[in-house]
Amino acid sequence: MFEQFIAKAESVSAEVHRFPTKVGALDFICAFLQDEGVADMPHHYALWAKCPFLDGVERRDLDRIVGLKFDVTRELAATAHIGISQMDWALADTGTLVQDATAIDKRLVSTLPTIHIALVATGSLRPDMPACLTGIDPKGIGYLSMITGPSRTADIERVLTIGVHGPERLIIIFFDEFGGTN
Amino acid sequence: MEQQFKQSIDKALHNANLTGALGKFSEAYKINRAKAYEGIDFEELRGKIATLKNYAASHLEELSEQFQKNAEARGAKVFRTNDPAKVREYILKVAQDNGVKSVVKSKSMATEEIHLNPYLEAAGIEVNETDLGEWIIQLAGQTPSHMVMPAIHMTKEEVSELFSKEINERLSSDIPRLVKVARNELRPKFLKADMGISGGNMAVAETGSIVLVTNEGNARLVTSLPKIHIALVGIEKLVEKFADIAPILKALPRSATAQLLTSYVSIITGQTPNSDGSMKDLHIILMDNHRSEMAADPMFKEAMQCIRCASCLNVCPIFRLVGGHVFGKIYTGGIGTILTAWYDELKSSEDIQGLCIQCGACKDVCPAKIDIPGMIMELRRRLVKEQGVPLLQKSIYSVVNNRRLFHGILRAASIAGKPFSKGTKFIRHLPLFLADLTDGRSLPAIATQPFRDVFKTITQPKDLKETAVFYAGCLIDFAYPEMGVALVKVLNKAGIAVKFPEGQTCCGAPARYNGAYEVAAQNAADNITALLADAADYVVSACPTCTVALNHEFITTFESLGQSERLPQARELAGKTMDFSTLVKRLVDEGRLSLKEGQQLGKITYHDSCHLKRTLHADQQPRQLLQQAGYELTEMFECDTCCGMGGSYSLKLPEISAPILQRKLKNIKDTGAPLVAMDCPGCVMQIRGGMDQDGAAIRVRHTAELIADQLDD
Repeated sequence: MFEQFIAKAESVSAEVHRFPTKVGALDFICAFLQDEGVADMPHHYALWAKCPFLDGVERRDLDRIVGLKFDVTRELAATAHIGISQMDWALADTGTLVQDATAIDKRLVSTLPTIHIALVATGSLRPDMPACLTGIDPKGIGYLSMITGPSRTADIERVLTIGVHGPERLIIIFFDEFGGTN
Repeated sequence: MEQQFKQSIDKALHNANLTGALGKFSEAYKINRAKAYEGIDFEELRGKIATLKNYAASHLEELSEQFQKNAEARGAKVFRTNDPAKVREYILKVAQDNGVKSVVKSKSMATEEIHLNPYLEAAGIEVNETDLGEWIIQLAGQTPSHMVMPAIHMTKEEVSELFSKEINERLSSDIPRLVKVARNELRPKFLKADMGISGGNMAVAETGSIVLVTNEGNARLVTSLPKIHIALVGIEKLVEKFADIAPILKALPRSATAQLLTSYVSIITGQTPNSDGSMKDLHIILMDNHRSEMAADPMFKEAMQCIRCASCLNVCPIFRLVGGHVFGKIYTGGIGTILTAWYDELKSSEDIQGLCIQCGACKDVCPAKIDIPGMIMELRRRLVKEQGVPLLQKSIYSVVNNRRLFHGILRAASIAGKPFSKGTKFIRHLPLFLADLTDGRSLPAIATQPFRDVFKTITQPKDLKETAVFYAGCLIDFAYPEMGVALVKVLNKAGIAVKFPEGQTCCGAPARYNGAYEVAAQNAADNITALLADAADYVVSACPTCTVALNHEFITTFESLGQSERLPQARELAGKTMDFSTLVKRLVDEGRLSLKEGQQLGKITYHDSCHLKRTLHADQQPRQLLQQAGYELTEMFECDTCCGMGGSYSLKLPEISAPILQRKLKNIKDTGAPLVAMDCPGCVMQIRGGMDQDGAAIRVRHTAELIADQLDD
């Protein structure tokens, strides 16, 4: 299932990584932020929405990164370079991420920044949409988001162009270690 | 047809950008769509969608109520109305009550349908479309030319011109740069907007949810950033269950843009928090605007199953030539013609329904299993019922129905046309008002002797075990009697005696395809009497259009007119009728007919006639027969795309028929085969005539003729 997910997600220009532990995933993110030149100024900082992944990790290292913020507001999101959030499910047959995005901060960090880093527990991978939706009680979810690759358009001469209104890059990070539920 | 309408067709046909972009897209679309559906049982999927949408169309009131109750229970305000004016007033009132100065919109055909933008703008509210294609046409002051790709008719140069003006900076036509400009320009508009307006791809009654499907991410911003969200949803978008979402989402992106899934799907169920902690002011408008009337009409209820993927546009050989603007109104292409007739009025479809060539390509790919060509025929019937048949057409039908007179007139015309046929089998030019008919295509010269006379001179072997009644149809009878001769030869060889009842007349297709059902019904009745008079094992035709008339359309014509007393005989005839290739393939398989062994006849390519492939589903039989005979089959590109003949279509809209034929000729020539086969005398007339004017040395033959030459002695 995981191989299928990678193939489908990569075919729509998502970047997929997988780590056996949360620590591994965290190290990758820290290195990524550094590579992207994250800094505490508009269009350079990263914004991380509250999520279960953060509960079980050592926050001290993260707190030391200059330009990584956790207090998500609309104003901050509008000029963030990177947004980070956790997804609740992944669908293998289309390379899709699914999230209960009722909380507005989850949507702000995945719509407005240029890059979206999406964390997802490997165990939440489902074969397809029906398998996922059957387990969901929509009455408890005000805003269910499905994300398949970065924002795209082909509205000018049918030429595929990535990054219109949403993120230009979608980086998906699977972690195998069980990390609580959202 | 209206002069103005003809002019708009002419304009579109001469717009190289439009035809180029649409042509390229439609070619890629077919291949990509097939790839997107790989491993999926399309028939099963569309069966499921048709069932669930049909259920919804049968329970509109109930589902609307249920939707309202469930959405309101989660804090949404639901407004239900039949009247577009009330929709506009409602939205304006919400805007004014909340001091709304600017609105961002994600793509919504329903708001186009009610002309919302100009209404809000007249009230001093700034409205910004945010879907890139919609924004482009908003800046250009145009209307969408395609339901899914609204600006497909514009080039990057035109877009850069528009954007340059908008931002006061000289831009190049680099597409990624243009997209970046749109992102930068629209971002502040999203952030300052007081209200977001969206459509809805589905409305789920069971949960009160709205489903939005987009690629650009604009709908997520429209529904997340402003504190007010209004979703305008036509009631045809209602589905009963939350579980109904998945099958529709499986088909919609695959059929629309050949994607497995769009980048974003949002399922909104009730109010959600805003960034300042307040709750979203969510309004959902369920709009009827004649939809429930449509659902109540048994002939059109099926159109309520539409999921707005626009695949009927993408595969339409006419749409890819003329684009959406010719359709004039909001909804374009095949399904658009039907929706326009209902959401607007029947009369609005008067001209555009005539664009349909009845090739059936759209029906084949519709993920909601809608018989679009069938419904367009019904529109024709109703228009004729309302307005009557034009006098000229009426007199033509009376001639067509009188076989001797018809042949006599055609023959006289053909002799008068002698100077034009130059001793060949073609009429290459016709004088005066008929000149258009030979534009790009020569017409066949009329046979000296019609098949009905030739038949009497054929000596058939005695004591044949079985009998077939041959239904010739106009073209074989009057223009191509040799096809009939070939058919008799083949069937005789298989031990079947052929009878040709003199009472047979036109199959009624010309009348039916022009909406003159009463005439078609009389044709049907006359033919049934003639064809059932003799006891026979089969009724066989070598014209797929005629075959379809005999085994499908006589029945539906009687049904449409409520002439149920005629149905039993029509069904009896239908049960016996077969097309040439299907019958002959069966005879070969049963060992009753042998073809010469070990023949190497060289390359051949095969053109699928619309009715043979899509109604009779006999695309493999002729191919197998020809290969068994010793031909080496090379498939042409778009082998099953219409040749542009469409019966009288090529007479009514020769300017559209001609470029369709040109594509077909090119695809045939590209195979390098010196011979092209087909099973329809109409296609032979179109393609042979085209090849004649083209000058290519490619022979155009009916399968029957080729098989008759390869019978084992």
